[in-house]
Amino acid sequence: MKRLVELDVNGQRYDVIVSPRELLVDVLRKKVGTIGPKKGCGEGQCGACSVLLDGEPVVSCLTLAIACQGRKIVTVEGLAPAGRLTPLQQAFVEHGAIQCGYCTPGMLICAQALLDENPHPSEAQIRAALVGNLCRCTGYVKIVEAIQAAARGLEAGPVAAGAEPASARSTP
Amino acid sequence: MNKPENREFAVVGKRLPRLDAPAKAKGEARFTNDLFLANMVYAKIKRSPLAHARIRRIDYSRALALPGVLAVVTGADAPRPFCVMPHVPTETVMAIDKVRYAGEPVAAVAAMDEETAEDALELIDVEYEELPVLLDPIEAMQRDDARIHEAFARNIHYESEQNFGDVEAALAASHLVIEDVFRTSYVTPAFIEPHAAVADYDTAQERLTLYCPIQMPHHLHRTLAEVMQMPMEKIRVSVPAVGGGFGGKTEAASCDLCAAILSRKLGRPVKVPYTRAETFAQNKGRHPCIMKLRLGFERDGRITGLDFDNTLDGGAHASWGIIVLFFTAALCHLPYRIANVRFRGRRVFTNKPSCGAQRGLGGVQVRMALEGALDQAADRLGIDPFELRMRNAVESGYTTASGVHVPHAEFKQCLRNVVRASGYLDKRGKLPFGQGIGLAAGYYTSGALFMLYPTHKPQATAIVRIDTEAGITLFTGATDIGQGSTTVLAQMVAEELGVALGDINVVAQDTALAPFDNGTFDSRVTYGTGQAVRRAAQDAKRQLAEIVAAMLGVPAEHLHYRGGAVASRFEPRKRVELRDAVARHVETRGSLVGVGHFAPPRRAAHRQPGGMSGPSPSYAFGAQVAQVEVDLETGRIRVLDYYAADDCGQPINPMSVEGQVEGSVMMGLGQALSEEMRLSPEGRLLNPDLHDYKMPTAVDMPRVHCVHVDSYDPDAPFGAKESGEGPINPVAAAVLNAVHDAIGVRFREVPLTPEKVLRALGKMG
Ligand code: FES
Ligand code: FES
Repeated sequence: MKRLVELDVNGQRYDVIVSPRELLVDVLRKKVGTIGPKKGCGEGQCGACSVLLDGEPVVSCLTLAIACQGRKIVTVEGLAPAGRLTPLQQAFVEHGAIQCGYCTPGMLICAQALLDENPHPSEAQIRAALVGNLCRCTGYVKIVEAIQAAARGLEAGPVAAGAEPASARSTP
Repeated sequence: MNKPENREFAVVGKRLPRLDAPAKAKGEARFTNDLFLANMVYAKIKRSPLAHARIRRIDYSRALALPGVLAVVTGADAPRPFCVMPHVPTETVMAIDKVRYAGEPVAAVAAMDEETAEDALELIDVEYEELPVLLDPIEAMQRDDARIHEAFARNIHYESEQNFGDVEAALAASHLVIEDVFRTSYVTPAFIEPHAAVADYDTAQERLTLYCPIQMPHHLHRTLAEVMQMPMEKIRVSVPAVGGGFGGKTEAASCDLCAAILSRKLGRPVKVPYTRAETFAQNKGRHPCIMKLRLGFERDGRITGLDFDNTLDGGAHASWGIIVLFFTAALCHLPYRIANVRFRGRRVFTNKPSCGAQRGLGGVQVRMALEGALDQAADRLGIDPFELRMRNAVESGYTTASGVHVPHAEFKQCLRNVVRASGYLDKRGKLPFGQGIGLAAGYYTSGALFMLYPTHKPQATAIVRIDTEAGITLFTGATDIGQGSTTVLAQMVAEELGVALGDINVVAQDTALAPFDNGTFDSRVTYGTGQAVRRAAQDAKRQLAEIVAAMLGVPAEHLHYRGGAVASRFEPRKRVELRDAVARHVETRGSLVGVGHFAPPRRAAHRQPGGMSGPSPSYAFGAQVAQVEVDLETGRIRVLDYYAADDCGQPINPMSVEGQVEGSVMMGLGQALSEEMRLSPEGRLLNPDLHDYKMPTAVDMPRVHCVHVDSYDPDAPFGAKESGEGPINPVAAAVLNAVHDAIGVRFREVPLTPEKVLRALGKMG
């Protein structure tokens, strides 16, 4: 039986008709029009579809849309108010944490959730928080660096030309 | 050779953020599956559950009757075979008569929505007659009675031998000969974006537009013309953002072609999204190899000769197979001087998803064998492995026994720097039991000298258009698959024209908008397309110079582009803003259009079979060190630190180069330690998902240290060579050598799972 569900996505209300089996990721992408959450596996294994549900990161490919009635959903599009990058997004851009960018929406959602809860995470805590988010391009090096930089609040402004992030460099 | 002293770059060599990064950070970048065209419908592919079977009958009448189903197509709807190497096509869009791997397409259904298309697949009845399933290449060669492709006796796709010098004599006269066998595993690119395609056929104009994440749009263009029997000029391939490729998206995927066929049939846009399991079935990953080698040495460690025998497991179809076979031959000849080399190899068909051209193709396998053998020789000769490599390392100007010329190499610097940065010499053999350090080296091509089909056309053509309306626009067919080529090419244009990176608009990866480009493979874009792009910018400057020289009253050769202005190199006050100069050009001569081409010198290697695979305009070298810890209780290997020194020439964008190195290390560690596609005895993939196909997570990855190498290739655009594939070559070898240092066991196959380690430690039955 299809049902009308009210979704609160990035602060806007959407009325959508969904079947009981429809997944949040598909409803967001096809019916709401937020294409930020990506479907990398559809089985809860890659994290690319992550969204915040009442502030908690969830994989939207294992979340039934029907169960989200009235709950607050934030996708990657909802992180940047009026299209301006958040410090975390800015850090991802400046630090080269984005290559193909397919994992990025999920990475940003999970990293934001981490920083909301723990503004000064250790490197190990950052890595642990990202364990459900696969990235095939970056080896996670610059993603971790970007999150560290965002946590330090050092991200704003353009990176000086020729500047080197400390942890990835060792000069013989 | 180092960077010319007088040359300081303004944009090249800077750690600039990618042009496309902000849109990707905001979730606004459009990947293929993010396209929703008006009137678009969905299609899904019916796939064979059997690995080898004759198709007796396909009955899709029940599927067609399902409400919402619009069309069903089968192999008969597109019978022309295709292949990325057009002279050996073995694959059709959907199987005809027989299936050769589990997961091969047999039909496709278009429906009003995705769910209906999925439901309809269940209503297609296919009757199969099972055939013997061959999963092991050695067995497949003995089963001529069970040919996978009728035309290929003993299931051998291609077999070849190359002989340079006199290997038998060299080995007979050697002080030491290492003889060994190494095996590599069945791994897949596993980009996070599954394949997808959207086809849009215009019935009035009889034109097809295909959107899909393809690394080589101009080659897919050709494949489409062949399969669809359409003139090329009626086809457009447009590539949205690509969520990683690593070689696995170089070839037409079934979804690309099914979308095209169904869109033409229905006259409306059709989207075919893949599930993750389908992406595994599409595969086109790394060839598993069985490599037998004999490697001879003088007493002082100099290599005398190499006898290399390779059996490649190709899977069901031809793909890049012949090129990969010959790459494993070519990659024997560097980065060490070897005067006598014999290669014997064969690629064998098996009933598995096809292997193709995964990142570092041919090199990862050969390195695992050779770098392992070198460490064994070092032990036997009593020479440090670093020293042994130094004694054999090639330098700029070297020509291999196979006739391949190496214009530029900083290989020795890579070895020295990585050893120094990692403390290798102090640590090797001195760490406590269970801890170890390993060194391995490698190299890779910066593009190929020859094309995939016979032609003399340039491998890349680029256009730089400058006018008062759109500013500076670069048109290039190069495809950014996440490696950052769009930004790197724009940096080259900005450098050449003396403007900021943000001043460059890039129109790329679309066959209708940009001229031919060979595509993203073989680490060719920075070097090859880079040459074309730079020349296009120079061509624009040449045209502009005539106007500016007259405006300023100085000779055109004195002009210099910096800071958004054109000025005399010698009299800086003779200066005009670039935008004013362009306006003057537009008023007097119209828009400024610069064109650049790149056709590499067709310097063939020796006239031996396969001599056209492997020669490159230039080569990048590298040396890497892994430090590992083996948990003696669980058998688990942890890589603690990873050091990579990469001779990539002048990095155009050092941040992107590091990203390529770090990503390569991750993919290499995955192959070394955990990744492997496993099959049931019937040939079904057992782990076609991202949980059981174990690629490294953020927690598994060590720190990756990019070790500086001072390098500048004078023949390259701004001195740049490749960095996208070279760095994956030595990874598995470095880990194996480190594990040997840790526990004294020399492994000859990957992945090094805890079970294998425990068995080697005598802790498991
Ligand atoms: S798509 Fe949801 S976890 Fe991969
Ligand atoms: S940037 Fe490509 S998967 Fe993470």
